[in-house]
Amino acid sequence: MNAFGFKLSPSSAINLDKADRSKFDELCSIEPDAVRCMACGSCSATCPASGFSGMSVRKVLLCLQRGKEEEAFKMMSACMLCGKCTMVCPRGINTRHLILSVSRIYNKEEKK
Amino acid sequence: MNEIIVIVGGGIAGMEAASQLIKLGYSPIIIEKSDRLGGHVAKWNRLFPDMTPAKDVVDSLIASCKDANIFLNTEIYSVNRLKDRYNIMLSNGVSISARHILMTTGFKLFEASKKEEYGYGIYNQVVTNADLEHWFNGNADSRMDGSQMGAVGFVHCVGSRDEKARNSQCSKVCCITAIKQAIEMKEKFPDAEIYCFYMDLRLFGKKFEDFYTKAQRDHGIHFIRGRVSEVGENIEGKVIVKAEDTLLGKPIKVTLDLLVLMSGMVCNSENAKVASMLALPNDSDGFFMSTDNIMNINSSPKKGIHYAGACTGPKTVPETLAEARAAALEIHTSIKEQQ
Amino acid sequence: MIYQGKQKIWSDYQKEIPDDHWYYVRSCIRQNFFPASEKMFMEICRNVLGKDIHENEHHTTCGGIAYHCDTIPQETVMTIVARQFALMTEAGYENYVASCITSFGNYTEILETWHEFPELETKIRELLWKACRKEFKKPKYLAHSSDLIYKFRNEIAEKAKFRLVDKETGEPLRVVEHIGCHYAKMFPSKGIGGAEYPYVLAGMIESWGGNVIDYPERRHCCGYGFRQYHVKANRGYSISNTHKKFESMEPYKPDMIITNCPGCPYFLDRWQYVIAEMEGKTYGQNGFGIPVLTYEELAGLVLGYDPWDLGLQLHQVAVEPLLDKIGIEYNPEDKYKGVDKKDLMRPELPSGIKCF
Repeated sequence: MNAFGFKLSPSSAINLDKADRSKFDELCSIEPDAVRCMACGSCSATCPASGFSGMSVRKVLLCLQRGKEEEAFKMMSACMLCGKCTMVCPRGINTRHLILSVSRIYNKEEKK
Repeated sequence: MNEIIVIVGGGIAGMEAASQLIKLGYSPIIIEKSDRLGGHVAKWNRLFPDMTPAKDVVDSLIASCKDANIFLNTEIYSVNRLKDRYNIMLSNGVSISARHILMTTGFKLFEASKKEEYGYGIYNQVVTNADLEHWFNGNADSRMDGSQMGAVGFVHCVGSRDEKARNSQCSKVCCITAIKQAIEMKEKFPDAEIYCFYMDLRLFGKKFEDFYTKAQRDHGIHFIRGRVSEVGENIEGKVIVKAEDTLLGKPIKVTLDLLVLMSGMVCNSENAKVASMLALPNDSDGFFMSTDNIMNINSSPKKGIHYAGACTGPKTVPETLAEARAAALEIHTSIKEQQ
Repeated sequence: MIYQGKQKIWSDYQKEIPDDHWYYVRSCIRQNFFPASEKMFMEICRNVLGKDIHENEHHTTCGGIAYHCDTIPQETVMTIVARQFALMTEAGYENYVASCITSFGNYTEILETWHEFPELETKIRELLWKACRKEFKKPKYLAHSSDLIYKFRNEIAEKAKFRLVDKETGEPLRVVEHIGCHYAKMFPSKGIGGAEYPYVLAGMIESWGGNVIDYPERRHCCGYGFRQYHVKANRGYSISNTHKKFESMEPYKPDMIITNCPGCPYFLDRWQYVIAEMEGKTYGQNGFGIPVLTYEELAGLVLGYDPWDLGLQLHQVAVEPLLDKIGIEYNPEDKYKGVDKKDLMRPELPSGIKCF
């Protein structure tokens, strides 16, 4: 079929029309602070995993809201639940608890 | 007879200054080019952050300045300076002699159609912040009436912080206005997704930050850091918006039922005529230049000419009112010193 | 869509185009891709409109492709362009008309740069003198050849044998217009209608009876993008952009696409075959593609020239469904016959997209 040596490139763009936020809404029902992030970056700056793995709580939250769940999980797999991000968050978001909730809600199908 | 003070512009600054000057024992004359008082605020529906009806503010100001001499539909025809007095000829034939003139000529809203890429006046479902307030005030608008709103977008900084539009200044009130209008739209259309496209969120005023977190947490407004680059229309007449989510570093695209452009406050080009008669200098942003931006924001370099409100730059309603009071006091002190 | 809003913008972006006496410069690639387009332009100017148009065999590339591929410095491009201007000056002309969009953009950019930095112009004059002992005057008017056809679109409509109308239903044809990026995106005031809502091709479509389609990805690049195509490893980006445009215009069921750029019609035409092979998808009706024409080919068609004399057999996408729709007669037997009925040989037909 493809003898051309190149193919259509997958788009990296976020299409909000197709972003399914139902799980994120579920997350917000138990973690209402999930939407209060103002992307200051304190969490990523203090995160011991961030420098090695690209883990960033603010990016995880954005990815989940924009329908980029795979990218969020990839980042989260590096989290060691040390809680430093919770200490530094100026909006008092319980990020550690939030990460646990994300894991629980988004992994439902696997557990069944 | 009380000393006459000429106030150019019957918006909230002019009315508040007039009411203060009346209390101080002067006879203010308000010269207003349109057929009504209240300026831009009279066209607004509710004011941030307490959702105060704009009508209440304007009505109370009109009541408190009712003893002023008010000329509607009137413009300044010419001005001559004689020693420490200004002789002013009005378009209605009246001539006034006064030692003090207060400029409360305000601002203009940026003409959104100048940002061609946003398609205002081209795509049906693109409106401005002013259009939305007009509709909130109960005026019919086919773009909103009876429409199913699945998704609504707000574009911050339309014509402000934009050197291409020749307005490098921040228009100051649009971030908070966008949040206010986003909440109001969410209240009217609870099922709609609401997106705010911003470059920075500048929420400097009292209770503004609370308002922002309320929008995030209680109303589920989505904030996307990225300036809208291009707007198009699909075959159903919906608006397609392209931007970058700069916090993720990815292009973003969304289909909307309505796009609201937050037209910024820009200098009032109609001020140029009266400014040239009085030889008033403009600042680099096109607004009137004060003698000092910290100590003397109310003073012009010309003796007897004072400023209040958004004629020197974008201001909120409380800032404008505070400046109007300050200007009234400055005029009063200056008259006392002259005696 | 608020048509009056567009009209307001169009009235803001008008440019002065001289009536007659043009110096014409051809494109490097158009004669290979769309061999009759430039010939048709000359034919229309000279024999349909009766204008004086001159060209010179010593004209070379403007350097635009190399410039946009980032392989030569701008001063080199400027010196090449200075030589073209010298040829125009020697021929006694001052109205410069470029066939190529990238050349037009290149000339516009250079003239604007010289306007802002006169010392650079002085330097280029010296370089040109050292290189080939030539001197030049800058053109008084610079136009793209589509500007000229736009200017005389109503004269062409008066002389037209066909209109862009479905002969069965009487409905106007749905036409996509695609403007080359270098036409007005760099200098919006130099293009008819500006950069966001260009009118140059839309004006021709309206004048010749068609309806213009405004679809969401209208302003998007055709996908050529110079480096994106020329480097094979990047070709996926090239075709992805073209694919994006087709996906966006598909719901409007366009009858054809017209363009004013050398690269755009080529990529919009040929990539339809590649997309058909890769994705099994075609965008025209009944397994055909959407015919892509240059504005000269379209002008030739409405004026009643034989489609095969216009070189339409060299298009990848079959044009026959479009010709049938308008009611233009053609002899299928002659499709692959060239000048003086010389046999051009029949190409192998692809399987993914219907062709004749």
